[in-house]
Order: sequence, then C-alpha cells, then structure tokens
Amino acid sequence: MLSIKNLHASIEGTPILRGINLEIKAGEVHAIMGPNGSGKSTLASVLAGREEYEVTDGEVIFNGKDLLEYSPEDRAREGVFLAFQYPVEIPGVSSTNFLRTAVNQVREYRGLDPLDAVKFLTLMKEKMKLVEIDQKLLSRSLNEGFSGGEKKRNEIFQMAMLEPKLSILDETDSGLDIDALKIVSNGVNQLKSKDNATIVVTHYQRLLDYIVPDYVHVLYKGRIVKSGTKELALELEEKGYDWIKEAVDSEATV
Amino acid sequence: MSKDNQILEDFTSKEYEHGWSVNYEADEAPIGLNEDIIQWISAKKEEPQWLLEWRLKAFRTWLTMEEPKWANVHYPKIDLQGLRYYSAPKQTKKPKNLDEVDPELLDIYKRLGINLNEQKRLQGIAVDAVLDSVSVATTFKDTLSKLGIVFCSFSEAVKEHPDLIKKYLGSVVPMTDNYYAALNSAVFSDGSFCYIPKGVRCPMELSTYFRINAANTGQFERTLIVAEDESYCSYLEGCTAPQRDENQLHAAVVEIYAGTHAEVKYSTVQNWFPGDKNGKGGIYNFVTKRGICAGDHSKISWTQVETGSAVTWKYPSCILKGDYSIGEFYSVAVTNNYQQADTGTKMIHIGKNTKSRIVSKGISAGKSQNSYRGQVQVMKRATNARNFSQCDSLLMGDRCGAHTFPYIDINNPTAKVEHEATTSKIGEDQIFYCNQRGIATEDAVALIVNGYAKEVLNQLPMEFAVEAQKLLALTLEGSVG
Ligand SMILES: Nc1ncnc2c1ncn2[C@@H]1O[C@H](COP(=O)(O)OP(=O)(O)OP(=O)(O)O)[C@@H](O)[C@H]1O
Ligand SMILES: [Mg+2]
Repeated sequence: MLSIKNLHASIEGTPILRGINLEIKAGEVHAIMGPNGSGKSTLASVLAGREEYEVTDGEVIFNGKDLLEYSPEDRAREGVFLAFQYPVEIPGVSSTNFLRTAVNQVREYRGLDPLDAVKFLTLMKEKMKLVEIDQKLLSRSLNEGFSGGEKKRNEIFQMAMLEPKLSILDETDSGLDIDALKIVSNGVNQLKSKDNATIVVTHYQRLLDYIVPDYVHVLYKGRIVKSGTKELALELEEKGYDWIKEAVDSEATV
Repeated sequence: MSKDNQILEDFTSKEYEHGWSVNYEADEAPIGLNEDIIQWISAKKEEPQWLLEWRLKAFRTWLTMEEPKWANVHYPKIDLQGLRYYSAPKQTKKPKNLDEVDPELLDIYKRLGINLNEQKRLQGIAVDAVLDSVSVATTFKDTLSKLGIVFCSFSEAVKEHPDLIKKYLGSVVPMTDNYYAALNSAVFSDGSFCYIPKGVRCPMELSTYFRINAANTGQFERTLIVAEDESYCSYLEGCTAPQRDENQLHAAVVEIYAGTHAEVKYSTVQNWFPGDKNGKGGIYNFVTKRGICAGDHSKISWTQVETGSAVTWKYPSCILKGDYSIGEFYSVAVTNNYQQADTGTKMIHIGKNTKSRIVSKGISAGKSQNSYRGQVQVMKRATNARNFSQCDSLLMGDRCGAHTFPYIDINNPTAKVEHEATTSKIGEDQIFYCNQRGIATEDAVALIVNGYAKEVLNQLPMEFAVEAQKLLALTLEGSVG
C-alpha cells in the first residue's frame, strides 16, 4: 500500500528526514516511536503534503501512485488521513459544516454523488457512536475551546467519517484520559480492515496494548534505526532510548 | 512571507460576475453640473417647485463645500463636470403595472438573478428595481398597500405622498450634512420610499436592487424609510454595476426614521464593480446613511456586507434620541486587489439608557486597504448609555493593510463603553488542516472567512445570507495567504 524509499526532507534548509525506508501493506498496523524531535511529526506532515517541507530525495508510492506529485487535498481524497498532534481551531465553522464539505469533496473526487443533508446526518450519527462523541461538540466551532482530549477524539471521529485507506495517528493518545483512550482505540480497531493500514505515532507502550501493532519502528535523527514487533515497544518502555541512541551515535562517529 | 506571496500569486482573481452591460435607448441629461442641469432633472421628474428649490439650495451650499480628505483612501480627483447626472431607459408611456414594463428591462434584472415577476418570485420579498436614474418596477405594491404600507420609487412618492416627503426628506441627513450628501441632495435621481404606518409589522422583506448600467453616469439614489410608532420592517439593498475601465461615482443618501417602539432592520449587500486585478475602473462609493431612533424604545439595525467598489466611504449611523433606544451596526467589509474601504459607524447617544452595539469584521487581501472608522458619542443627558464595539481584522497575505480608527467621546460619567479589537492572519495551519481533509484551498478560505464573519452574516435574512456567503468566497477567490 505504502512504500517509502530513501526519503529525505528538510525545512528552511535544515534536513530533518534523512533517508526513511518503510513498507506498509494493507491490513497492517505500524507503530512509530522515538525521542522528541526525532522527526515523527515531520514524516507525517511530509506524507500529508505540508508545503513547508521540501522533499530533497527519495520517493513515496501509495497504491501504485507517486504520492509526492499530489496536492495535499488530493492525497486526502486518495485516502491518506492524518490525525494531527495539534488539531487546528477554526472559529465560526461547525464540525458538521466542515465535515460535510470534506466528505462531499472527497466523494466528488471519487465520482460519487454528494450526500444530502439527511444521508449525511445519518452517517454522522452512526460514526458518532464509534467514538462516543457528543452531538453538542459537533455543533460548536471546530476545535475551538475543545479540551485536549476532545480534540483528539474529534480527529478520530473525522477519520471515521472519511474512511481513509492509510491513517496516520500522530500522538492521538496524548491528552486522553484512561477511559477515552479505550474508547478511541476501540474506534480505531473497529475501523481497521484488511484493505486499510494504520501508522500510530506514540510515546507510550500503553496505547499499543489497545491498538496492537504488527511492527514497531524507532525513529532517531530522521532515520528508522530499529524495527521489530510489539515486544520492541515493551523493551523501549523498560530501557528508554539511550541504548539505541548510543548504538547509532557510536556507529556514526566510527 | 515568500510562501504567502506564492500562494497569493498562484490564484488569479475570478472575473466580476455582473460586469456586462446592455444598450438601451436612453433619456439622458447633458454632461455637466450646474443649475440648468438640476432644473432639467427636476423638470424631467415633474417635481413640485419646493423640491426644485430644495435641490438648488443644496447645490448652492455644495459649491461652498470641500471634498473630505480625512478618510484613509486615495484616488484621483473626480471630474464632476465630466459626468452625466441623469440617464434613464426611454419609455414611451409610464407603465401602470408590471405587465406594462418593457420586457427588455425586466430581462436585465433576470440576468442578475432578480425575477420581478410576482408569481415567480419567492414570496416574502417585495422589490423596487432601480436602473441608473429611475425605478423601473416595484413588486407587491398592491399587497402592501392593503396594510397601509407604502413601498414605491422615490419619484412616485414625491407625486403621491408629497406631505410625507416634505416632512421627512433631509430630516435625518440634512442637505448640507457633508460634501457628498449635499451633492446627492442637489442631483438625486431615484431610490425607494417606504412608509410603515403605526402598529404595522411589514409581512415581507422590502428590497431595492440598484443597477448602474450607463457609462459615465453618476448614480445618486435617495432612500427614505419611515417607520411610525410600533411598526417594524426589514429592508434589503443590493447593487451591481458593469465592468468599465473608467471609475464611476455612486453617492447615495439613506435616511431612516423610527418612532416609539418601532424597529427597522436595514441590510446591504454591496457588490459594485470593484475594479480589475490591476486596480483599473470600479465604483467610487461615497454613501451617507443615517437613522434616527426618534421615539423611546425604538431600534435601528444596520447590517452591511461590502464586497465591491474601488473606493468605499461609508458610515451608517444611528442617532439614539429616544430613551431606551438601540442602535446596531454589523459589518463585513472585504477588500481585494487594489480596493480601498474606509467604513464604520457613528453611534450618537442622546437619550437615557440608550444602547449601541458595533461588530465590524474587516477582511483584506491583495494590495487592498481596509479601515474601520467608528465614533461613539455620549451626550450630557444620555445617562446610562452603553456601547460595545468589536472590531476584528483578518489579513490575507502581507501586502494589504488593516486599520482601526475608533473615536470615543463621552460627556456623561455613567456611560459604559467597551471596545475590543483583534487582528489575525488567515493561518497556513487552518488551510492545511482543511486540505488534509480533502477540502480544496479556495473552499477552505471560503469556510474560514465565512466562519470569521458569521456573527454578521447571521444578522442577514436567510436568502441574503446564502448569497452573501457565496459573494465573500467569490471576492476572495484568488487571494489566499
Ligand atoms: N521551521 C523549522 N526550522 C528548523 N527546525 C525545525 C522547524 N520545524 C521543525 N523543526 C525541527 O524538526 C525536528 C523534528 O520535529 P518533529 O516535530 O518532526 O519531531 P517529533 O519526532 O514529532 O517530536 P515530538 O515527539 O516532540 O512530537 C525538531 O528538532 C524540530 O525542532
Ligand atoms: Mg510530533
């Protein structure tokens, strides 16, 4: 589904991603961990097409297409979804209105008729149950004055509405209380199918108890320096990153 | 910065939608401005002597006045002698009802999306259609007259209701009020007149659609709304003009009178031709609008969505004379490319316990300049006056300007005046967030801007709100930053 080869990206001339290689197949869940500032959000942003980042080398093939050639909105319409680490507030625009515009633009791209108000609301009701989100929240201005946890929950609700093929969850667990973490994870699991894939970026092994990954990767200084199964996450929880950092840094100085 | 500009350049402005014009056989005044011309206009309209004298008096005062220079707008001197002050479609006989109106004229309005056929119109809106210097048709006149409501062209009102005109004309905006108001008083052509008798709630929206068609012709309309005690009406004004290379002058005067417990809502969606991408052409919109809350507990509310015109100079105001009277001003002013807007309001608190509320949302894009200028004045005897002002500016790109000029003048210690102002930039982050959900950039801007202006758009009647939303998006197409 997704094939990232030797991806290099920089911002304002500073290289951040320095040769990422990653293969993701349909039906898989990949966890990406790594110390602060290692480039996890950058990778997510580059995949989503944020224009501040300049891709200096490498390629990204998504379902046979050269993803880097697509505009951010077309990537979304092709099925790439990013749950933001810091969701943005849009005053005066209700979630409902925002999502209706989004859903219908995605449908149009896929050659489907727009959903009328009734069908849209029916779909919304159905997806609201999935992440147990309150109707009241959705009639308010998008993310404005939402608590940290509410914002994250709303991201997953949007994901449910848009039914993406590749979902990238950037620290969706941070800010969620224990019950919300369960609910949101449960929602993500229900959305999982053999046709879609998920990348979860997280600092905490606990999330991976709920959303069980097939693979765990460690990102450090813009590279994937270690990959393994979910046991790797447990090991990291126990030992921290120092042993990996040391290994990588000593190798670099040799 | 480079990024913002990049996105700005990436879009090219959408063409102005109403830029076409038609050729009609015109009945027009000779070019120029002098007492003969004024007599010509007055004679053409078969006006009574007193009105001609009123015009001439205004003209003579105007000659002694200077064009105001304090507004934050710049434009070359307008050659007022090079303009035509009256132009109207030639009609062999005066149409008595809609069926007799020249179908070609009705077609002009149809092309603008205004159907004047009463059967086909949305119920609930009566329209007075003004083309250049005359009103060509007014709908639902009969329905309204059964309630005692007068809704007709100004010229007709002069003939049919001379006492009312004599009583109220110039009573809110004196003929010598300012340079443009004096000019308008001398040469005004047509506009609408609304009279709501005591205790009547007008059951439909009253609206005037102004269309400038002729080249090189100024439009000087005059609107007068009189709401007697305990009456209510909601009035809408819409305007468009053809795309021409020369600038055109539009200098209107609107007067509103509200009696005890009366309420008038006045909404404008101004979409005059703004000039092209390079700042060529466009309407100079110099307008004086003022309402008086004459009676206790009366209320006047101005809502404006200003998207057009090359230069806008406009300050719809309220004189809060009656005790407990309320004045409101809700405004969205959008400027793009080389447009300049200097707009705001004046709230003059005279009565006790008067309240005013100002919500102004400026949106600037391109190389435009957008200024809010507002005055809150509390007179000596206005005990417990209250004002709340909220002035927000939204910038798109970094070559435009937003300015706020609040003037506060308080002469009574019990007054409470609050002023809040914010300036924000439309965020890259917001646009990217929308993009990431599959929303194209132009639609993202439309969403964000409409969200920003929501408090004002919510004041508009339903059908107008939808139109205004589209208009905002259209005006800003090609201007993301
Ligand atoms: N405009 C910029 N100029 C220079 N460096 C930047 C810029 N923006 C981001 N960076 C740097 O890029 C690096 C990677 O940031 P990124 O947000 O991808 O880290 P992360 O792995 O997601 O961290 P966290 O775990 O804290 O979320 C950081 O060192 C950050 O400071
Ligand atoms: Mg991050």
